[in-house]
Amino acid sequence: MITIAVALSILLLLVTLYLLFKIQVLASIFKGSYRRDIGTSNKVNAGLFLAFLVVMGALFVWSFASSKEEMTLPLASEHGIAIDSMFWLTMAIIGFVFVLTHILLFVYSYKYQHKEGKRAYYYPHNNKIEIIWTVIPAVVMALLVFSGWKTWAKITSPAPDNAVVVEVMGKQFNWLIRYPGADNKLGHVKHTLIDATNEFGIDLNDKNAQDDFPAEPSAFHVPKGVPVLLKIRARDVIHSVFLPHFRVKMDAVPGMPTSFWFIPTKTTSEMQSETGNANFQYELACTEVCGRGHFAMKMTMIVDEPEEYQKWVAAQQQKTFSTQLQAAPADSTAAVALNSTSGAAGAGATASKQ
Amino acid sequence: MSSTDISLHKDVHLGHDDHHDDHDHDQSFIEKYIFSQDHKVIAKQFLFAGIFWAVIGGLLSSLFRMQLGFPEATFTFLEPILGKWVDGGKLNPEFYLALVTMHGTIMVFFVLTAGLSGTFSNFLIPLQIGARDMASGFMNMLSFWFFFLASVIMFYSLFLETGPAAGGWTVYPPLSALPQAISGSGAGMTMWLVSMALFIVSQLLGGVNYITTVINMRTRGLSMTKLPLTIWAFFLTAVLGLLAFPVLFSAALLLIFDRSFGTSFFLSDIYVAGEALTHTGGSPVLFQHLFWFLGHPEVYIVILPTFGIVSEIIATNSRKPIFGYRAMIGSMLGIALLSFVVWAHHMFVSGMNPFLGSVFMFLTLIIAVPSAVKVFNWIATLWRGNINFTTAMLFSVAFVSLFISGGVTGIILGNSALDIQLHDTYFVVAHFHLVMGSAAFFGMYAGVYHWFPKMFGRMMEEKLGYLHFWITFACVYLIFMPMHYIGIAGFPRRYYTWTGFETFNKFMDMNTFITIAAIVAFAAQFLFLFNFIYSIFRGRRATENPWKSNTLEWTTPVNPGHGNWPGPLPVVYRWPYDYSKPGAPEDFIPQNVPFSQTQSSNLPHERDTE
Repeated sequence: MITIAVALSILLLLVTLYLLFKIQVLASIFKGSYRRDIGTSNKVNAGLFLAFLVVMGALFVWSFASSKEEMTLPLASEHGIAIDSMFWLTMAIIGFVFVLTHILLFVYSYKYQHKEGKRAYYYPHNNKIEIIWTVIPAVVMALLVFSGWKTWAKITSPAPDNAVVVEVMGKQFNWLIRYPGADNKLGHVKHTLIDATNEFGIDLNDKNAQDDFPAEPSAFHVPKGVPVLLKIRARDVIHSVFLPHFRVKMDAVPGMPTSFWFIPTKTTSEMQSETGNANFQYELACTEVCGRGHFAMKMTMIVDEPEEYQKWVAAQQQKTFSTQLQAAPADSTAAVALNSTSGAAGAGATASKQ
Repeated sequence: MSSTDISLHKDVHLGHDDHHDDHDHDQSFIEKYIFSQDHKVIAKQFLFAGIFWAVIGGLLSSLFRMQLGFPEATFTFLEPILGKWVDGGKLNPEFYLALVTMHGTIMVFFVLTAGLSGTFSNFLIPLQIGARDMASGFMNMLSFWFFFLASVIMFYSLFLETGPAAGGWTVYPPLSALPQAISGSGAGMTMWLVSMALFIVSQLLGGVNYITTVINMRTRGLSMTKLPLTIWAFFLTAVLGLLAFPVLFSAALLLIFDRSFGTSFFLSDIYVAGEALTHTGGSPVLFQHLFWFLGHPEVYIVILPTFGIVSEIIATNSRKPIFGYRAMIGSMLGIALLSFVVWAHHMFVSGMNPFLGSVFMFLTLIIAVPSAVKVFNWIATLWRGNINFTTAMLFSVAFVSLFISGGVTGIILGNSALDIQLHDTYFVVAHFHLVMGSAAFFGMYAGVYHWFPKMFGRMMEEKLGYLHFWITFACVYLIFMPMHYIGIAGFPRRYYTWTGFETFNKFMDMNTFITIAAIVAFAAQFLFLFNFIYSIFRGRRATENPWKSNTLEWTTPVNPGHGNWPGPLPVVYRWPYDYSKPGAPEDFIPQNVPFSQTQSSNLPHERDTE
């Protein structure tokens, strides 16, 4: 491929040199005076606009049609259905405008090219037409705004009470996942408590934190058919949670927790059979530039049937943060945190509220 | 940096050596060509600096496109040029981010703001309103030299050991505030901020001047409703800049405080590089609000001048009045106003209150209406015209095409619900590169080809211009159309490579194709560069009014001296779009022709002014 690029560049260079020579000749002929004919070049350029419309239009249709399948990501969330249908509806509307205006633009360019002895039509304004083509876009926009606003309001409404809570924390350069455990409450965290073992900065004085547990490092689980509420934060710079198959995206901002809830509609294995790809996995990517490893912040999200999910939770919740941190206090900070936990839970709870 | 300096005064000098106006004799070389207060010289200085930056910006994009198009290839041939940034033929991922960041910064600010407004506002405002110069020639000169200083600093930052700024052109903190997070946020970011602060000073000095000049120095008879649309566009651009840039300045200043003086405007609860920072209470989202309060008007600062330029060129070369002159002004006013209340559509998924998302979606989609009106008016101007395809006209028609193609996808991105999926993907990249990147570049090219005769007294070579145009036009679509597909597939921006993700492990050939098209497009720009420099010295000599245009700049001598008109200033009697007026002997009537001389073509309401 590089050779092609090099070959093209060389070709271009040759063309340049040829023209350089030609210009030299032309310049010597015309030097000193300027006279302009509107001649063949004008016809050629006008014709090229028409050719451009046809050739590029055909290329566009062909490339779009042949990439359509590759560019449509399989969908696995409930609100995604509304987003996708609105997207393609809007695409159809703007596609229509795009085609119509381009036909007019290029056909007029061709049709009304300069002709000797012809005179342009003096037509400075027409208020009626102006009003029509102000009102029509305004009405279309109003309809789009309204449907967009309805969908947006639904997506961003507060999560239902029965939502499964999962915390996603971005850091350079991976994602960390925490589940709230049996009490369905995430324990208090503080960035000053973070160290090599306590990556979340979990405050073990908080009783809500006692049953919090992590996911495995490379994948986390959520149930199908149930609202899943992602509580999103970041501990160093801004990251952004992107689950392309679920039409989910939300920034992870240090110092400002955010959230996004959605309902997964297809398990990983259902998607594997639907796409015919036995290795299919839902991936979580980062979409806010966060440094050197921005392109490699990958995490797998596994969607299970609710029963399987419960089984996974039952197994995973044995590995709470508190047992892990107590087992291996890495340095003094963690040790201090742990000591105070074992000291007095009541006092700790008060402290965490401060 | 020194090379810019040399090329600047050399080119300007040689471009002018064939005329010696009376005003100029008592000026020294330095006063005349370097620290000049003549708006025309300053315009050329901005133009040369803009071209210099465009070459650098284009070069950077070719580099990162190579990485994206050929992720498996080894670029050992780049090692002698890029040194440690290429290791074993592999681009350093942080350097990749630096390339993207500097490409954005350079193109948006140094080329399409300073290069575009700096050139055409400076050059055309006094010439088209019939003034001898800007309101303050001295401030105008300062404007360029502050820009020059900003350029030197930004250029120098490219060669720092820790690299230039690398946190994206939007420089969101905390990434841009923490050198621990990315090495480009060290000295590179400091220089970025200093350079931008100087740049803003330059913009404000220029903007105040443009506004004052347009308001106060119009020649006799030239009311605001007789102004060419170019002047309206430059005027509104300057107003936008004057209101928006100080906000960026404040954001930059607060960021400087956070970086260097321990404040916490944008930083809170951060643990980075094995250390918990003491900053608390700041908000990264606050920076985004401040940034985009400039950032969004900024895209109109980039595109508005080209609205004016293109309207003027389309009317002139269609030999027709611009359709709906007042609607064109009205829509520009509408766009200028609305541009201040749509900024948060860049932040739908930033974590801000979703209610704001609804408000900004509503306001954003409204802005599509005046934009649509402009497009329809341009097309209506072509209708039943008698079109002369000069190179400038080709670029103008293509501008309309690019503006449509890029603009319509704005309707998708402005819809907050749809933006969830598309935010920060290649769909956004494709959208803004068409609508403000390529379109503004095309407008700028159109302007250069159109006003080149007035700038240098010579014509650019047309055939070479056609070639430049057709290659560029085709390549722009070949680059950015497929990018939409990649964006719909969810490919995130600012990724060094996508191969790590199963989801994004496709469209490899498409990316290779885009890269080749991008490199061809970049190479084609050297046709322009050659044509430009060659024509300054060797182009065919221009006549006073080569395009048979109506505006006042064409009533000056071929090479206007300091003061623009040798005699008294021209007086204006009519609007600038009397093309192909029925009954007139010629198909154009310049603005300075009184109605008493055109009795055969006067319309009923114009008879009173005979």
